[in-house]
Amino acid sequence: MFLALKLAYRNLVGAGLRTWLNVIVLSFSYVVIIWLKGLMVGWDHQARFDMEKWQIAKGQYWHKLYDQYDPFSLTESHAPVPQRFLPFITEGAMVPVLVVQASLYPHGRMQPILLKGIPKNQNLLKLPVAALDTITDAIPAIIGTNMARSAKLGKGDRVVLRWRDKSGTFDAAEVVVTDVFATNVPAIDGGQVWIDLEKLRQMMLLPNEATYLSFGQGIKEIPEVNEFVLKTQQELTSEIDVMIKTKTTGQSVFYIILLLLAMLAIFDTQVLSIFRRQKEIGTYVALGYTRQQVVMLFTIEGAMHAVLAAAVAAVYGIPFFIWQSHAGFTIPMDSSDYGIAMAQTMYPVFTVGLIVSTTLIVLITTAVVSYCPSRRIAQMNPTEALRGKIQ
Amino acid sequence: MTNNPIITTEKLIKKFPMGKGEFLALKGIDLEFNEGEFAGLIGPSGSGKTTLLNIIGSLDTPSEGEAMVLGQPVSQLTARQAAQLRKEKLGFIFQSYNLLAVHTVFENVEFPLLLLKYTPSQRQKMVMDALEWVGLTDKVNSKPPALSGGECQRVAIARAMVKKPMVVLADEPTANLDAANSHNILKTMEMLNKELKTTFLFATHDEKVISYLHRKIFLIDGKIDRDELIK
Repeated sequence: MFLALKLAYRNLVGAGLRTWLNVIVLSFSYVVIIWLKGLMVGWDHQARFDMEKWQIAKGQYWHKLYDQYDPFSLTESHAPVPQRFLPFITEGAMVPVLVVQASLYPHGRMQPILLKGIPKNQNLLKLPVAALDTITDAIPAIIGTNMARSAKLGKGDRVVLRWRDKSGTFDAAEVVVTDVFATNVPAIDGGQVWIDLEKLRQMMLLPNEATYLSFGQGIKEIPEVNEFVLKTQQELTSEIDVMIKTKTTGQSVFYIILLLLAMLAIFDTQVLSIFRRQKEIGTYVALGYTRQQVVMLFTIEGAMHAVLAAAVAAVYGIPFFIWQSHAGFTIPMDSSDYGIAMAQTMYPVFTVGLIVSTTLIVLITTAVVSYCPSRRIAQMNPTEALRGKIQ
Repeated sequence: MTNNPIITTEKLIKKFPMGKGEFLALKGIDLEFNEGEFAGLIGPSGSGKTTLLNIIGSLDTPSEGEAMVLGQPVSQLTARQAAQLRKEKLGFIFQSYNLLAVHTVFENVEFPLLLLKYTPSQRQKMVMDALEWVGLTDKVNSKPPALSGGECQRVAIARAMVKKPMVVLADEPTANLDAANSHNILKTMEMLNKELKTTFLFATHDEKVISYLHRKIFLIDGKIDRDELIK
């Protein structure tokens, strides 16, 4: 085996430009596949991190009737905050949120929205709630950049808000946008207006009530407390898993195309080698190799392209990966339009596992692709091979 | 030369498929070669000399009959046993040298020793000795494309001789060489035959080679025409 490795290396290096062309093509595959996978991992990390910071913290308790995809359930999905949670809310380790339906009238047109109430003194979530603590004749409100764009609203703009309270009575008031926040979490941005929780409770005649509560570190997780059901962080981020999985499947088509291109070059080289090196094959047999050993030698030679490519990829890939993980990859279009948790600049994350698994996949694929044409050697007649006769 | 037969063939027949029929390349060859012989199979193209050499070299098998090479029946050897025989006991010299083009002269000569798992220091000494026999110690780092035809064939001889095989099989070794180089090569082989007692078996129709042979076996149409021993 060691001899085969030694010989394969000598033959490869001796083949000169042909080897290096294959190696360079294959090294591109390594770098691009690792980079794309790293981008996916980075996106996954970032989406989870942002969701935790902006929306879910370490987990949530939802009112048992709350369904974030069904606005009609909102009239029923609220209840008084359980006594058990009150000390945590006072400590700031838990944040109650009340969600109701309302209508906004920006520039004279009606826009249905979700009106959310959040304590203006909370620090658990990254929402800029300090802007809600403003003394003004209108209701202070904060909105996300997506919402600001769709409603054509900006900081300082006033707009009429209409809602229906617990009794079914319509009421209206003016809100003033005191801050516009930029977030990568669309679930707290599009079609939503955030105001102070106490103000919303007054408006809705729902004192002490909440739709869901987000909690931070150190809160004991209990499956159900009164009418509130535990939603773990894992459950709440499961959509990201599905999304990343879908994206990864889509990307694997791209990996396959890249690998196919590289493998085509390797396959072609192997076929050409076996065609051109008949005499050499015969010589190996005459000097004491079995045909199977020659097959192994040619397979190793082909597979060694992947080893050399890994070395070449490391030379320019490692600095590129280090730079990318710091500078990130900025998406040319506005990512907020995509409606998914995606930052404008994504920072790829390159783990050892990712690099090792990609290297192994490329190595094994190259070995298989090298072996297939090499099998022909086993059927060759060595006496004809020695004369260089094409078989 | 001793009276110790190391190669014998008995009623050796070799058939090759040809269209719907068969071509009989060897028609019942009975031969015996002793240790240290400097013999040649002589005949025109298609007489069967290369086929016979290939069977003796365990690169091919007889269709009928048997060839005993160093006590081993060629027709019954497995691929692994045949490879072992070639690796340990036989050396080959080819008409077109068959050197590994991307390897240096040293690496080409070293190759059979790598297969035999000699240590690096042993290999170094044996390769340099072999290159000294053929007068190429100054070309150790050259690659075959940079050598002349005569030099290439001398490298091939060094490669065949480096492991001190019992038998060297040379198929038209001078066919691509001019007269001066041919004589040079043949003198080297004659010297190695005398000094190392290696058996040399040639397949040739070159007059220059024939003039050096101590035994001439003339083949015509797959049969022995005559077998002459030169005193």
